[in-house]
Amino acid sequence: MCELTYIIGIIGKETVRAIIGLVGVLVLVVVNALILTWAERKVAGHMQRRIAAKEVGPFGLIQPIADSLKLLGKELITPTNVERPLFYLAPTLIFIPVLVSFVVIPFDSYLQVKDINVGILVILAFSSLSVLSILIAGWGSNNKYSLIGSIRSVAQNIAYEIPLILSLLPIIFIANSLSLRDIVEAQNGLWFVIYQPFAFLIFFIASVAETNRTPFDLPEAESELVAGFHTEYTGMRFALFFLAEYTNIFIVCAIATTFFLGGYQGPILPGIVWFFIKTYFLVFVILWMRWTFPRVRFDKLLNFSWKVLIPVALVNLIVTGGILKL
Amino acid sequence: MTYVVDIVKGAISLVVGMGVTIKAFFSPVVTVQYPRQTIDITPRFRGHTKLVADEERPERTKCIVCGMCERNCPSKSIVRVTGVKMEGEKKKTATEYILNFTTCSHCGICVETCPVDALAFSAEYNPVGYHREDFHYDLVKEFEKRR
Repeated sequence: MCELTYIIGIIGKETVRAIIGLVGVLVLVVVNALILTWAERKVAGHMQRRIAAKEVGPFGLIQPIADSLKLLGKELITPTNVERPLFYLAPTLIFIPVLVSFVVIPFDSYLQVKDINVGILVILAFSSLSVLSILIAGWGSNNKYSLIGSIRSVAQNIAYEIPLILSLLPIIFIANSLSLRDIVEAQNGLWFVIYQPFAFLIFFIASVAETNRTPFDLPEAESELVAGFHTEYTGMRFALFFLAEYTNIFIVCAIATTFFLGGYQGPILPGIVWFFIKTYFLVFVILWMRWTFPRVRFDKLLNFSWKVLIPVALVNLIVTGGILKL
Repeated sequence: MTYVVDIVKGAISLVVGMGVTIKAFFSPVVTVQYPRQTIDITPRFRGHTKLVADEERPERTKCIVCGMCERNCPSKSIVRVTGVKMEGEKKKTATEYILNFTTCSHCGICVETCPVDALAFSAEYNPVGYHREDFHYDLVKEFEKRR
């Protein structure tokens, strides 16, 4: 015990906090991806009235581990004419914003890697980086499907980042803070989803588009573009894109929980349980949407953002501002 | 005004769609886990033909070796039907009925034309083999085996 205090004394409390946070976040990322791959298959199966994965382990629970072992064992193929530095960089780069976003998410009133007073800005700034890595992957692959997929992704992400931010602004007005913990504490009485139902809807739609999920999955549209920006990736490189996608789903749902559903607040059960219940409920809704809706056409996708989401978000913002001023 | 109406109508249609899938989500599954679970074969299912047992003497088939099926088969799938006349009997008894199942198209003309209703469709839905000769059945032998 005294050695531990000694080590902490040398490297400093903040470094220890960062190391513990990083390990915790990495474990959460991997476990979340394993659970989500399993849940996605199960939800898909039962919505089509099938059983889905059931062979490996009870209820097919070991299936994601078998899948990841398979991916680990696969050969990493680098096609001849790819832009090598970019091709290698993209899968790594897509993972950084994902990890950074976890730093500021409050899982419980005491469980947070670091409470930064511009928390939501950090998440928004870093999440826009993931577009860059998708563009790099598409450009570096030297493949028409990849390039079309990544171009679509950029147009889509630019269009949907605006309503995303506009829908978060009224909450920031009400809570009067950018720190995620303050925002959760401000929802002590009533959840913000009751004050701001439209903002919640806009945020949810825009975040589904940001994570490239159906019905907004044009960047990887299987039926048109093979696999979109990750067509040329195999093995663990592909797995990193996959991992980042599932982690992004978790992050947007965690942000929605924090901003609109009262975060870790709830009766009886401990805060972290409430947080995960709410987050995974939203994740389930995203999976549910994927197996319900067909893909939207590209022009309709952009029209929907510019003609519907942004005007409604702006009106909502102005009305909220006016009411708060009165 | 149509702008608002369109948005509201679209939103309602989305909710209706999600209602359909969530209902399916909580309904029981309809698939059968095949190798471990099988369903009953329907009575009208057409497998390869089989010989039917005689009611009076169940150790023998009804077949009288008239050759109607062999003559009427459009694919010439019934290769050979032979039989012998047992002692003290008027009708012949089949000793060999070779069906080349690889060319059979399950048309059922043999079943229709049989004057003594000696043929019927079996419920065999998954015959497998390594050679095409595995599907040259001797229906009399099959009948003996079944008994």
